[in-house]
Amino acid sequence: MAFVRWFKRNLVVIGGLLTLGYLLLPNVIVTVFSFNKPKGRFNYEWQQFSLDAWRDPCGVADMCGSLSISLQIAVWATIGATILGTMIAFALVRYRFRARGAVNSLIFLPMAMPEVVMAASLLTLFLNLGAQLGFWTILIAHIMFCLSFVVTAVKARVMSMDPRLEQAAQDLYAGPVQTFLRVTLPIAAPGIAAGALLAFALSFDDFIITNFNAGSTVTFPMFVWGSAQRGTPVQINVIGTTMFIVAVLFVLAGMVISNRRNKQKA
Amino acid sequence: MASVTEAPLLAPQPDKKPPRKRGRLVPYWLLLPGILWLLIFFALPMVYQASTSVQTGSLEEGFKVTWHFQTYWNALSDYWPQFLRSVLYAGAATILCLVLGYPLAYLIAFRAGRWRNVVLILVIAPFFTSFLIRTLAWKTILADGGPVVGALNTLHVLDVTNWLGFTSGDRVLATPLAVVCGLTYNFLPFMILPLYTSLERIDGRLHEAAGDLYAKPFTTFRKVTFPLSMPGVVSGTLLTFIPASGDYVNADLLGSTDTRMVGNVIQTQFLRILDYPTAAALSFILMAAILIMVTLYIRKSGTEDLV
Repeated sequence: MAFVRWFKRNLVVIGGLLTLGYLLLPNVIVTVFSFNKPKGRFNYEWQQFSLDAWRDPCGVADMCGSLSISLQIAVWATIGATILGTMIAFALVRYRFRARGAVNSLIFLPMAMPEVVMAASLLTLFLNLGAQLGFWTILIAHIMFCLSFVVTAVKARVMSMDPRLEQAAQDLYAGPVQTFLRVTLPIAAPGIAAGALLAFALSFDDFIITNFNAGSTVTFPMFVWGSAQRGTPVQINVIGTTMFIVAVLFVLAGMVISNRRNKQKA
Repeated sequence: MASVTEAPLLAPQPDKKPPRKRGRLVPYWLLLPGILWLLIFFALPMVYQASTSVQTGSLEEGFKVTWHFQTYWNALSDYWPQFLRSVLYAGAATILCLVLGYPLAYLIAFRAGRWRNVVLILVIAPFFTSFLIRTLAWKTILADGGPVVGALNTLHVLDVTNWLGFTSGDRVLATPLAVVCGLTYNFLPFMILPLYTSLERIDGRLHEAAGDLYAKPFTTFRKVTFPLSMPGVVSGTLLTFIPASGDYVNADLLGSTDTRMVGNVIQTQFLRILDYPTAAALSFILMAAILIMVTLYIRKSGTEDLV
């Protein structure tokens, strides 16, 4: 009886933890299989423990090249989308102007559109313009679909900002530029950082839109896609595991920094 | 993500200054580059796609606009099973995401205590491991004769799913169940995060009040918690259903030719067969179907201020 009561009381916790397990199971598999020594070309069955892939992560032809292309695109897409998106977010929150509704829907629509539709339509544009598919078309597409997410993230932060802080700065004889750099930007920074992080993750991981507009350029997700047909090298799991660890460390570091700042303020 | 509502205009406004002509143009200068980008690389492509869908011709001779609306009809009559499958699979995945995601979002919002941030990180971190790698991992998990399939067999779950037509024989891979499982997995975080955001805003004292009024836990959930989390439910289901209905990765990696979704058809038509008009028509129908469904859904759920 006691067990039944305990079970009933903690039903939500048990269900939640099961879901968390479902969410993390593939990551566990990816990590475990990065230590595998597969017999054939595919790394789907456990054979034997080995550190080979970890010793030689770039041992597969073209994989690290595709990784570097993906990183470059993600960095530039993040910079582009963050700058453009932050400007839009400030305009939307801080100013009343005509066409606000239209601008809001134009921001919302890319997020409410299946990726395959955007991917296909961009391809028809590039084909019609006779553009050479490759690095630049991928970058253009990535900035386009990351933009909306950055706007949403920055908007949420700027909206919760107290405009009186900026008035106070101006009362203390700060010029517009000084006010922006020393007051507005630091307060908006967490929102901008969140938007940038989101843009980076979205761009780095995008497959569908890239697949349509990449031409013969191979990004890392496209390399993984191809390997699902040709044979998956163990090194892919090494990269996957490393990305997971780096992401966790990154988020942890961010939290430690913001905790420390909050303590300083208190 | 779509749940951001407009700024309350009641916030203290800056002092009124005499209007300056230069200042009035500032918002437009701020908007110009980004909006131009979206107009050229998001809106204009839609126009090109619309025009492509009413063209006829071939890759060798070139395509011409002939207002050939027959393409739409042909596309629909040839590929309605794939359309139907997309809606069914995405719908099933959305419901599963809601059922699986709600307890976890609830756990993070109310029961995790000091573990809250750790659990949140564990929900977000998989985002950073390429989703293709993680989807491929499901091939290992659901492998024929593997422990998962074995357990489902022993528990006679497969008998039930076989009877429902979700699986066939002793395997899960290459069946609709595998595709729905992959879709659910892939879009689960998109359900959990909006749910968590709206649950977190609920005042815990409301639960106490419900308890004081002799509501049983389930009644509290049904009458207080769930209605207050509706904005999260709506934006979560949208963020899950829309991308899932256009996805072709899960159907390709975990499914078979019998589980092809409309995304697979669009991809094949565009990139392999190079029949651009049919592909454009298909993706236009998908877009229109989704816009209509989403509008109806938002109307119905009475949260129009969401968008």
